[in-house]
Amino acid sequence: MMPTMAFFAANTLVRLSPIDVVIVVFYFVLVLAIGWYLKGRAHTGEDFFMAGREMTAWVAGLSFLSANLGALELMGWAGSAYQYGILATHWYWIGAIPAMLFLALVMMPFYYISKTHSVPGYLKLRFGESSRALSAVCFAFMTVLMSGVNMFAMAKVMQIVLGWDLNFSIWVSSLTVAIYVALGGLRSAIFNEVLQFFLIWAGALMIPVLGLYEAGGWEHLKVLIATRFSAQYVHLWAGLGHFSANPMGINWVGIVFGLGAVISMGYWTTDFLVVQRILAAKDLRSAEMAPIIGAGFKMLVPIIVILPGLLGLAVLPMHLTGEVQAAATGGYSYNDVLPLMLARYCGPGLLGLGVTALIAGFMSGMAGNVSAFTTVWTYDIYRPFINKRASDAHYVSMGRWTTVIGVLISVGTAYLVMQFASIMDYVQALFSFFIAPLFGTVLLGMLWKRASGAGGFWGLLCGTGASVGMWTWVKIDPRALRYVALSPDAKGLAQDMYQALWSFLVCVTVTVAVSYLTRPRPAAELNGLVYGMTEVPRVGEVAFYHKPLFWAGVVTAVFIVLNIIFW
Amino acid sequence: MISIWFFIGFSLLVDGGLILAAGIYQLTNPPVHPEVVLFNLHANVWWGAVLFAVGLFYCIHFRPARGSRS
Repeated sequence: MMPTMAFFAANTLVRLSPIDVVIVVFYFVLVLAIGWYLKGRAHTGEDFFMAGREMTAWVAGLSFLSANLGALELMGWAGSAYQYGILATHWYWIGAIPAMLFLALVMMPFYYISKTHSVPGYLKLRFGESSRALSAVCFAFMTVLMSGVNMFAMAKVMQIVLGWDLNFSIWVSSLTVAIYVALGGLRSAIFNEVLQFFLIWAGALMIPVLGLYEAGGWEHLKVLIATRFSAQYVHLWAGLGHFSANPMGINWVGIVFGLGAVISMGYWTTDFLVVQRILAAKDLRSAEMAPIIGAGFKMLVPIIVILPGLLGLAVLPMHLTGEVQAAATGGYSYNDVLPLMLARYCGPGLLGLGVTALIAGFMSGMAGNVSAFTTVWTYDIYRPFINKRASDAHYVSMGRWTTVIGVLISVGTAYLVMQFASIMDYVQALFSFFIAPLFGTVLLGMLWKRASGAGGFWGLLCGTGASVGMWTWVKIDPRALRYVALSPDAKGLAQDMYQALWSFLVCVTVTVAVSYLTRPRPAAELNGLVYGMTEVPRVGEVAFYHKPLFWAGVVTAVFIVLNIIFW
Repeated sequence: MISIWFFIGFSLLVDGGLILAAGIYQLTNPPVHPEVVLFNLHANVWWGAVLFAVGLFYCIHFRPARGSRS
């Protein structure tokens, strides 16, 4: 047995051996080296903010997925799988795949042909300066705050799992991200995200492999879960007929329309954090293929996220509980399931890679936030409103400084959350206010030529206001949830789904109404921005297996089969 | 320009090598009380070997001299 050492604290969930520490340190050295190497290729604005628009479909697609595959995502959804069972898979399948394919086939041509640098940039082209300003300010503000909240949450996880000091985790990870993004810009962020994608899989895959071996295979795992907990935990759709028939307290309407049709569409098609990766693709076909490649791999992510949670239900000797109860009893919480499974199966070396996967996940999410913030600040706030006529080199310099400043604001937010924990809930809620209505605005902008500038602006503002109003109503009077989610049996997650659905509908209704009351834009100005007014370049005479539509069909077929298998 | 796939290969090569080395060390010096379940499967040996092999393939196939493929 190799000597074991506790890293900074003795009483932790897992204990790293020296070989584990070497693997973690090697990861930090490598990402910094990549940033240093790429600094010579980030001279122009197109290089720094758009990675030169030269990424292949594979690189853009894996980066698109990796920017979303944060450590909190991994640990949080593994915990949700333990708490709610296989229902958590909906956030990876119906809550992602249709939206990614929709982005690829319907929306990406307009983003790409318009040559916009950002989603707010598209709103400027389609609806005018006021819509751009509203979305850019909201996005920039929320992105940097979310980054800080995630930073604190991750540092907390590292403290619990590894015993690392909060300050150490916050500063080492944030400075590393700041250095490699400031040096190499979006290209550096994308390169590291693809690397992180591979490390996440390499580090996390042993848990389901060994777990299924221990549980005796999938069929026996279902029997174990049904025996120890409930058969409801292993059905994806069978329990969604009514709010009270499943552990999540939600019904199929909320999942299909709230999650599948609004929240996921909003996130995957209009959140600039992920869309920016696709805009860096080298041509339109690559930009269309990238989300399809991302969707293919997204369907596999439950193997390393949901399955460990389900295995925890079957093989862990203790029962995990909510955070409050765990803190009161000294036990483990749902969110500890992934580290517990990691410690259960992974010895020296594998443990280091697993911890590296968590750190990599955190840093890829943070780099995504920082690079998106930098672009939106520079191109959608600083350039149009503060300094219109500066040189390209000036904007690149602004981008580098903004990267550092954005990270410092995130660090400040992390320390703020450390002092006032309730801020975390508010910031996370604030982010959700904006995404669903933004999807309504962008969707109408792309598909309906009659949508006017005033319609876009007021729709976005009223949709966001409606979301804030519903959230505040339920916060003040929790009984209001029965009206928002249309059922007295609804639980917290149902509120998110229905709140998104209503705010989207408000946005669409107001946009349509105001558009009919105001003057439409001349048709000539909508070329390249709206369906029916845009000549989308054809893929050309390529074999069918090179066409995005073919692969979208393959992904759709697999998606349907998987949902039927796990019904 | 060095391909992204070369960096990935290099990372898997080094990590796989370290994990394989740790696994072989444990194989030759087995602990009296293993801290992990299914220790007898020696996952760090075969998974380390897989990562090492994949990393080696990527490093060779995408080595800088072969030109740039991002």
